[in-house]
Amino acid sequence: MLSALLVMAGIAIVLGAVLGYSAIKFHVEGNPLVDKIDAILPQTQCGQCGYPGCRPYAAAIASGEADINLCPPGGEEGIHKLADLLGVEFKPFGGGTVLKPKAVAFIDENLCIGCTLCIQACPVDAIAGAAKQMHTIIASECTGCELCVSPCPVNCISMLPIVEKITTWKWKYPVYSLAPAK
Amino acid sequence: MRTLYQFNGGIHPPENKEQSTQRGITRAPLSSRLIIPFRQHAGEAAKPVVQAGDHVLKGQLIGMPCGLVSSAVHASTSGTITAIDMQPVAHPSGMPDLCATLIPDGKEEWLPHEAVDYRSSDSAELRQHLRMCGVVGLGGAVFPSDLKLRPLRGHPNKDIGTLILNGAECEPYITCDDMLMRERAAEIVQGAEMLRFMLDAGEVLIGIEDNKPQAITAMRQAVADSGLPFEVVVVPTIYPGGSAKQLIRMLTGLEVPSGKLPTEIGVQCFNVATVYSAYRALAHGEPLLSRIVTITGNVRLPQNLKVLLGTPVQDLVALGEALPDTNHYIMGGPMMGMELASTAVPLVKAGNCIIAASDKLFPPAPPALPCIRCSRCAQACPADLQPMDMFWFSQSREFDKAQQFSLFDCIECGACSYVCPSHIPLVQYFQFAKSEIRAREQDKQAADHARERHEFREYRIEREKQEKAGKLAAREQSIRQSQAAANSGIGPAIQPEIQAAIERARAQAASAEPRNTDNLTPQQRAEIAGVEARRERVRELAKSAVEHTNDHDKN
Amino acid sequence: MPVSLSPTLSRKRARGQTYRCASFKLRNNMGAFFSPFISKPDTVSRIMFRVLLALIPGIVLYVWYFGPAILVSLTLASLTALGTEALMLKLRNRPVAPFLKDNSALVTGWLLALSIPPLAPWWLIVVGTAFSIAIAKHLYGGLGNNPFNPAMVGYAVLIISFPMQMTQWFSPRGLGAVELGYLEQLEYIFLGALPPNVTLDAITMASPLDTLKTRLHLDEPIKQIFAMPIYGRLAGQGSEMVSLGFLLGGLYLLAARIISWHVPVAYLATLFITAGIFHLADPSHYAVPLFHWFSGAAILGAFFILTDPVTSPTTYKGKLLYAAGAGLLTYLIRVFGSFPDGVAFATLLMNICVPLIVLYTQPRVFGKKGKRS
Repeated sequence: MLSALLVMAGIAIVLGAVLGYSAIKFHVEGNPLVDKIDAILPQTQCGQCGYPGCRPYAAAIASGEADINLCPPGGEEGIHKLADLLGVEFKPFGGGTVLKPKAVAFIDENLCIGCTLCIQACPVDAIAGAAKQMHTIIASECTGCELCVSPCPVNCISMLPIVEKITTWKWKYPVYSLAPAK
Repeated sequence: MRTLYQFNGGIHPPENKEQSTQRGITRAPLSSRLIIPFRQHAGEAAKPVVQAGDHVLKGQLIGMPCGLVSSAVHASTSGTITAIDMQPVAHPSGMPDLCATLIPDGKEEWLPHEAVDYRSSDSAELRQHLRMCGVVGLGGAVFPSDLKLRPLRGHPNKDIGTLILNGAECEPYITCDDMLMRERAAEIVQGAEMLRFMLDAGEVLIGIEDNKPQAITAMRQAVADSGLPFEVVVVPTIYPGGSAKQLIRMLTGLEVPSGKLPTEIGVQCFNVATVYSAYRALAHGEPLLSRIVTITGNVRLPQNLKVLLGTPVQDLVALGEALPDTNHYIMGGPMMGMELASTAVPLVKAGNCIIAASDKLFPPAPPALPCIRCSRCAQACPADLQPMDMFWFSQSREFDKAQQFSLFDCIECGACSYVCPSHIPLVQYFQFAKSEIRAREQDKQAADHARERHEFREYRIEREKQEKAGKLAAREQSIRQSQAAANSGIGPAIQPEIQAAIERARAQAASAEPRNTDNLTPQQRAEIAGVEARRERVRELAKSAVEHTNDHDKN
Repeated sequence: MPVSLSPTLSRKRARGQTYRCASFKLRNNMGAFFSPFISKPDTVSRIMFRVLLALIPGIVLYVWYFGPAILVSLTLASLTALGTEALMLKLRNRPVAPFLKDNSALVTGWLLALSIPPLAPWWLIVVGTAFSIAIAKHLYGGLGNNPFNPAMVGYAVLIISFPMQMTQWFSPRGLGAVELGYLEQLEYIFLGALPPNVTLDAITMASPLDTLKTRLHLDEPIKQIFAMPIYGRLAGQGSEMVSLGFLLGGLYLLAARIISWHVPVAYLATLFITAGIFHLADPSHYAVPLFHWFSGAAILGAFFILTDPVTSPTTYKGKLLYAAGAGLLTYLIRVFGSFPDGVAFATLLMNICVPLIVLYTQPRVFGKKGKRS
């Protein structure tokens, strides 16, 4: 009886020591999970999830505060990837989420007054311009987050959906039906 | 006797080549309208250098190469460019592309051109010449040939370079290379010598399938006549033996490493039609303006035609006299070809064959059933892949797993779909999966880039904040310092400096005259004098008030 | 979206003519045809039909030696298989006709019918077939998606649930105390009624494998056991000839390239070698290897059951490993296990290992070095 107790206690102490040592020796700085989640998110920095950017949302998911189905730009595929990474159930988008096609902002230069409000709003600095100078969207950098649309006092920013060209065309998923249609 | 190697897999579909080899190559009559797309090659489209209304000569440059992987586009005949706009082209998406519409004037007036002596020119010059002549791979991949002609020797991986001429033409129905080899063997051999010179290759092998005996004889004769030490190697007829990687393996026993180019193993492979075009470009200075096209299938007169680029396919089909039950047309062969959305599309550099298809010729297959994992596809695959696994994961959109099965090593030859007993369109799934994976890669790169920009923006804002805070702190510091200096509690060393500064400021204020005091009327001067007097009085009062306060502070 | 079938679709196929893959039924969602436009004139239906053809020689010999009751079993199995398949497809909202036509249900039914005693009551084969098709095939996703061989799942379920009925084998012709006429057999199968004065014991016998097992337990030496008339020349009067019939069928399948040589050769070789080792070690307790080949369902397993494409590995090396494992397990279950014949359980056990086997036996890809990761 006593020997059994001693053996079990001994094993517990040894394993505890090993775990403690590993926790110190192999300690990882920062939270790698947040990085992994952030790598999946589309980096649109649009705030539709309710967090001010993709990294805060990633941190919220990692800490368990936020659900994984709050990011419309990532699409269902993004939710699947997050579900796989975190080992949780896939959850479809909530009722109020609007999935919009990818778009790029466009400033109507006739209306622009050079107020720089949109430049301050853009999370990726995709607007070139300065105070009292013409502003313009750098189309290749625009992520379509739409954060610039509301601050503009003259409503000169519109979102143009990205049109598929012959160079960006993708093969479609082959669909075939086994049954003759009635 | 050369040892031939084998590759695993391959199929033997019925060849159907005799129909179109009954007569020689005939020249197609000039069409009433040529539509020349600016994108007829892999890489970036050529940039138009002409406008609507311009008169062009035959062989005149109408599209300048743009970017590294690009080639030139020329006017196939003399005439007038009536429009540069979007026209339907032969693309699986059915989308239009930028084209130049050329109305021929019937004169076929050539732009003056001259030969290039390949032996005395620099290799880079020759490559530039070929690029400007629009010479691209005519086997179907239309890759700019100048990029494939960088010298082979000096490459760390091998000592001798091999140039392979691909005369295999393994796909059923297509016979354009066969006829070209029969009729233009001497020029092909000369072209091969030029390319060998540019590549500095040690040997030249011409691979021809054994179902082309006349072509073999013609090429052997041409090689013998030229006295060059080339070797015509007869390879067994098997599809896809004409695929570059598979042909290289058959002739040299080497496998091109996955994801790399044949130059890694010291081999370069060109289609015989490309070699012929290169010959015409170097020895005659002629840009690529036409190609041999096989018109076959459900037509009354199957034949090979020499066609100007930009000729609408409907004209070719009319020459072949398509039978009335033809219901669609295929550009390319039956294994890898593409269905044409309409016959109004122009013939491009990649168009090696037009097959008129009907239900009788290509009867419909039974409906596709689920995969029964019989692995006939894996047995047929020339790249030793597992098509049923790639299909399984492409169908369920698990692209990571599909890539684990070497999805990108698939050459999309169609042998797997050919043998599948469930008649599943396997190649379409692979094309879909590859395009999705590429699009996702691009999205990921864009997302990473956006993240970097966002992080830099946050850093920039933080930095600005800190700078501002720093400046504010510094200014407050200096204000506090100046305040203390105004009190006499400041040390004597600083006091004279401050005093001097105050004196200077006063002198400046006194000397600075208001600019608008020139040309004043006496009345205005009197007003100003009155204002000045009032100001003086106020200053006196202020000074005495300050002295009062200071006295009080001292006490 | 579903697309319509052309009403002028011709079903006539000339021999050797190629087929265009993609017609109105295979238009993709852009409405276009796609390559390749030709394909080999081979279909799942034809492959399965040839498998059924290959079973015929064995069935003929079966009828010769054991009477026509097997035909009743086969008919019942076929009807149940097709009926259950149709029902399950309807429940799963799938088109019924293409799947019924592919003969795969028939193959499952026939293999099961050939594995169980023909004298079994009608409900035995019906339950077994229904279970195989509905549960072992459709619940996993239908054709091509089942990890376990449906016929063997059915067999396993029957032998565990109804061991009595599953061991009531017919005596071969000439050996039974009484021989039942055809009508009487039908009566027994459907109504469970035997003719007066005939007991079940009089018409049934344990199978050769079963007899061997029980007698070995009683410590009878092999030579004595094999002297019994049930053993015929080698492996069981009648049943050895049936196995020979199946062997002929299997050789036809090999010649027609419906199956590859890897599975039968590896299975029979492993079975032979394992049996040979044990026999050489102790001839009085272990039967000769050839006995193991021709008794029970070994030949049927080697050529028809283990070669099922859906549940066997897709790589050649994998097939060899799979069949070798099945051969070893068959022998072990037969000799050391509690069931008379181990083919079914060996198959099922190896089916579990198939994904792992496939993962580790991937061939080298053209242009890549070494194994695929």
